[in-house]
Amino acid sequence: MIEIKNLRKVYEHIGKDKGKTEKIAVDGLTLSIGTGEVFGLLGPNGAGKTTTIRMLTMLTMPTSGEILYDGHRVGEEEEDARAIKQLIGVVPQNLNFDQDLTVGENLELHARLYHMGREERERRIEELLEYVELSDVINDTVKRLSGGMKRRLLIARALIHHPKILFLDEPTVALDPQVRRRIWELIKKMAAEGATILITTHYIEEAEAICDRVAIMNRGKLLAIDTPKNFISRLGGFVVEWNEGVHREFRLFATREDASSFLGSLDEAASIRRSNLEDVFIELTGRKEGL
Amino acid sequence: MLADIWTVFWRDWVVLRHRMTAFILSRMVAPILYLTAFGWGLGRSIDTGTGASYLDFLVPGILALNSMNISFNSVVPVHAERVYHHSIDEYIIAPVWPYAYVIGKVLAAVLRGLISSAIIVALAYLFGANFSITPLFVLVLILNCAVFAEMGFCASMHVGTYEQMGQVNTYILLPMSFLCGTFFSTRALPDLLRYFIDLLPLTHTSYLLRGLGVENDVSMLSVAVLAVYLAVCFVISARSFIALRK
Repeated sequence: MIEIKNLRKVYEHIGKDKGKTEKIAVDGLTLSIGTGEVFGLLGPNGAGKTTTIRMLTMLTMPTSGEILYDGHRVGEEEEDARAIKQLIGVVPQNLNFDQDLTVGENLELHARLYHMGREERERRIEELLEYVELSDVINDTVKRLSGGMKRRLLIARALIHHPKILFLDEPTVALDPQVRRRIWELIKKMAAEGATILITTHYIEEAEAICDRVAIMNRGKLLAIDTPKNFISRLGGFVVEWNEGVHREFRLFATREDASSFLGSLDEAASIRRSNLEDVFIELTGRKEGL
Repeated sequence: MLADIWTVFWRDWVVLRHRMTAFILSRMVAPILYLTAFGWGLGRSIDTGTGASYLDFLVPGILALNSMNISFNSVVPVHAERVYHHSIDEYIIAPVWPYAYVIGKVLAAVLRGLISSAIIVALAYLFGANFSITPLFVLVLILNCAVFAEMGFCASMHVGTYEQMGQVNTYILLPMSFLCGTFFSTRALPDLLRYFIDLLPLTHTSYLLRGLGVENDVSMLSVAVLAVYLAVCFVISARSFIALRK
């Protein structure tokens, strides 16, 4: 469904000496995402996740490389661009609502932008507000909504035109755990209904909970792609953790026996636990940055 | 494309509808002050040399500068949509023709400019002004609103901060408001300054509105100048919007 080949984005950047330099935001990214897949882009701040989404959603053009959606190439051709845009829905990281419109009007504007007829858009707005449990605030301005409500509204807005592919850029950032889990449920429900989903996050447990496959990025480069389960088993299913001064250290082991044997060799107090995607992430992106 | 233009226009219409009363009331303040101070106050002691009262001379000028200010500033929120709220991203992501966005915004600004002009016309008649409104007069007003809406759009696409947007008003709109034949004839200015002033669009709107409303005279050169501004500013606006994706 989505093919990304050698994607690269270079921005102009003002350096320390105030001279113009180039900053590579995404560097040679190649991956493909299948129909109906929930794909996670994981990485620390500045890894290039948002820039990747911006290129995929045509908010910014790649410096080089290729993006294909079901054979349509992202480029300068307006007809291709319009065909692709009809396929995709975007939940951006920032709450980019129209501040002057109400909840209902924001959704109506979006539906009109996707050329939906009056009856269809009225039905869809009602249906989606119910889906994200915001029917009661249809006539409120978006400024009056809480952070969690705004995030749910962003999801409703992105879904209004029945997109086949959904991009979610840090959809649960700065939300409390209850709201975050509610949004996870929504994402899982959308995936179960057949949408292809690409989600960026720096919450490891989020990727582990909802993604079929995960790509780990750092400094614009793709470090690895796999399923969360394979990542964990590949790098070791068990972790020994101990304190070294003020730092928390850890080491991954394939079996509990290996972990226990290492634990026995340590002078410091240590513990054994099952590894998770966070351990993998820190191992791949570098302990200093990850921690 | 037409559906896209209508959608962009619809959004601005909804916002205007929410604030219609406040919009109309606020648009009455400046014209009442101009008409009172310059029309009734200072104007009674001014001889225009044409036999017409200064109030009659003044009204087309006020219409020109007011429609300029209103249409320019109607598009300025696009700056906040681009720089601060990022709500402009929704139009870039959606399958909307880029030209449709510019046209929709300009048409909405023209509507605001015309509503505001209608208020001034009503007030001017109340103050006792004599001038006639013809279809060509309205067309020139529309042209003026469209030119300055496009200029506002260009500024919104290129200016970085709120403060700089204010500077555009100070350095471009304010001097034009006073110098472009709005309050006095440009013939009173030194030649070199007058040649420069004659290059500016508001000067030609003032000439045209005064010619059509008071003197029954129309300069096709002024119409052509406004048409050139309209075309050039549209190309710059559309290219600036498309360039947001780069």
